[in-house]
Amino acid sequence: MRKIALMFAASLLMIGCNNDDDTTQPIPESTVDFTFTHNWDGNMIDNTDFDLLQYFNANGEQMSISKLVYLISDVTFVSLSTGEIFDAGDYNLIDVRQGTNLSFTPDIEIPEGEYLVSFTFGFDDEDNQDGIYQDLNSADGGWNVPMMLGGGYHYMRLEGKFIDNTTTEMNYAYHAIRANNASTTPITLQDTSFVVDLGQITIGSSTSIEIKMNVAEWFKNPNQWDLNVLNTVLMPNFDAQIMMYENGSTWSNSTGVFSKGTVTQ
Amino acid sequence: MRFRIALLLLFSLSLIACKDEDDTANGYTATPLELEIPPLFAEKILPPVIPEDNPQSVEGVALGRKLFFDKRLSADNTLACAGCHRPANAFTDPRQFSVGIDGLAGTRNSMPLFNMAWNYGGLFFWDGRATSLENQALAPVVDPIEMHNTWSNVAQTLQVDGEYPGMFEDAFGTQTIDSVLVTKAIAQFLRTLISGNSKFDRYLAGTENLTPSELNGLNVFLDENRGDCFHCHGNPNNPLWTDNIFHNNGLDETFTDRGRGEVTGDPREFGLFKTPSLRNLAFSAPYMHDGRFETLDEVIDHYSEGLVYSETIDPLMKKVSEGGVHLTPEDKADLKAFLLSLSDESFINNPDFQNPN
Ligand code: HEC
Ligand code: HEC
Repeated sequence: MRKIALMFAASLLMIGCNNDDDTTQPIPESTVDFTFTHNWDGNMIDNTDFDLLQYFNANGEQMSISKLVYLISDVTFVSLSTGEIFDAGDYNLIDVRQGTNLSFTPDIEIPEGEYLVSFTFGFDDEDNQDGIYQDLNSADGGWNVPMMLGGGYHYMRLEGKFIDNTTTEMNYAYHAIRANNASTTPITLQDTSFVVDLGQITIGSSTSIEIKMNVAEWFKNPNQWDLNVLNTVLMPNFDAQIMMYENGSTWSNSTGVFSKGTVTQ
Repeated sequence: MRFRIALLLLFSLSLIACKDEDDTANGYTATPLELEIPPLFAEKILPPVIPEDNPQSVEGVALGRKLFFDKRLSADNTLACAGCHRPANAFTDPRQFSVGIDGLAGTRNSMPLFNMAWNYGGLFFWDGRATSLENQALAPVVDPIEMHNTWSNVAQTLQVDGEYPGMFEDAFGTQTIDSVLVTKAIAQFLRTLISGNSKFDRYLAGTENLTPSELNGLNVFLDENRGDCFHCHGNPNNPLWTDNIFHNNGLDETFTDRGRGEVTGDPREFGLFKTPSLRNLAFSAPYMHDGRFETLDEVIDHYSEGLVYSETIDPLMKKVSEGGVHLTPEDKADLKAFLLSLSDESFINNPDFQNPN
């Protein structure tokens, strides 16, 4: 009897200190790792590339990037064998300059197999509720969107400088949020998050999927972005938000803002 | 009975086993003290950061408070931390530059002290050169233009005092005083300096109304077309009212003080300083890292029409070639009214934060 109590307590002790889950599963299930890389038409972007007027956008402006922070959510796996849908429902805020959260493991284990994999850029309306995420309220002085613009959260803050058509250095703040028009009553809102399909991927015991962002594409297709006209005060600009949405979600001839990079097993 | 003891033993073993390090001498533990977290903070933002090797305790905070107000930390017994961080001024100094014990003035304005446990990045000073509150508190004692003392002298002075050895014993389980324990105690006191009861907080809690002017001021603050202050100074979902990161907000064309860049050596960070919180501005004049503005009107005029270009200026500073967005007089007055609604009388008058000596 005493032995049992001791053993029980001892096993409690082991569980109490154990961090990883190594209990045996009948079917092998795994988490999936994602890494995020960033480039300008193929040239990798890392910390040393920020604040340099080294890029030319499709419209011809010379420009720099000084900040690139964005949110992805709802990484989703659809099983090709069973049709079952797996979605951890969590999100990841990536700060490229600081190099934070460049890798992300959604908090879900899925059976190994073939899947269609996708994620959402930003938050869809279901997730985009005002002020409910403590970590996002705490990030970057508040990742929130003011209530007067419909509330919720930023999808992306892309900021920097460019040389305008009078050869003056100007600043831009390409902030992607839910499109809103506050001049109507009530405010008009349109969900401008979008799903990025990464296609079919084999998920094994240690799969890692690279997600690439080509920053130049935000300024390219289908809307050739003119920074001389659209540089700041873009959050309350409904049409600008729609254009960002179109440029972000357009995928043609295997080019687009987001694409699947290397998958390792 | 016997296995009750066995269980208890195992339970306490498990506690020890899960603990990363044993931080108190002889396993001594002082009386734990929870921070008084304002409801809005608890609801909206991540919990405060308390280092594992310096948990808050009743005795530690009492000791830290005594030390913070004690002039014997300076070489000639004339200057306490509180001499440049006055409670009535939200723990900053109303003088543009504080004066050290040798009559020498610094080149930066003192900083208000509150809500520092929520500085998640853990970078302190205008340039972020200190990486924790414990580490920060080491500096002023030996700074030649501040308290100009040595740590061994501080330890000796406190060691022969009638009260301190006992207080260190109560707080840390040892009578042996050194810089590590002094700074730990001060840091514990600093973490209790919490400000979360301004008029604006009460407005969010639904217990007080804002005037139309204050409400319009909030809109100016949040409007990208007008103030657009929130991208650095926070919004109603972030009660800290700062991002605690470094920016150049367009004060100077050239820098006499390189700020963050002096610490990192990165020219892209020359002239960047830590964004201050906008709480308690009613008490914390003058403003900016060098205290150049005596009034909030001057600050608002700066953002409205006084911006000047330099290479590292933040992209969020708009229409720099015209000096700024040129707010209307009414918007300026309302913005100021809103900013003042973030000031917290109960913070500066909190009896727990006054001189105990
Ligand atoms: C002679 C005046 C003076 C004295 C004495 C002084 N300080 Fe300061 N304090 C300053 C100034 C000036 C700054 C800003 C310095 C900088 O950024 O380089 C500062 C900054 C700080 C900060 C950083 C706050 C933040 O949010 O980053 C803390 C914390 C602080 N002091 C605590 C203390 C403590 C604790 C003591 C006593 C051990 C003390 N100070 C003594 C003048 C003083
Ligand atoms: C790009 C980020 C940014 C924006 C946008 C911004 N600020 Fe600041 N603010 C700062 C920084 C950084 C400082 C400190 C600068 C220094 O001392 O060199 C500061 C300082 C201040 C101070 C002085 C506080 C003190 O304790 O000294 C006030 C007041 C202030 N800002 C108000 C505003 C208002 C009002 C707006 C909108 C009109 C605004 N700020 C927009 C970054 C910003």
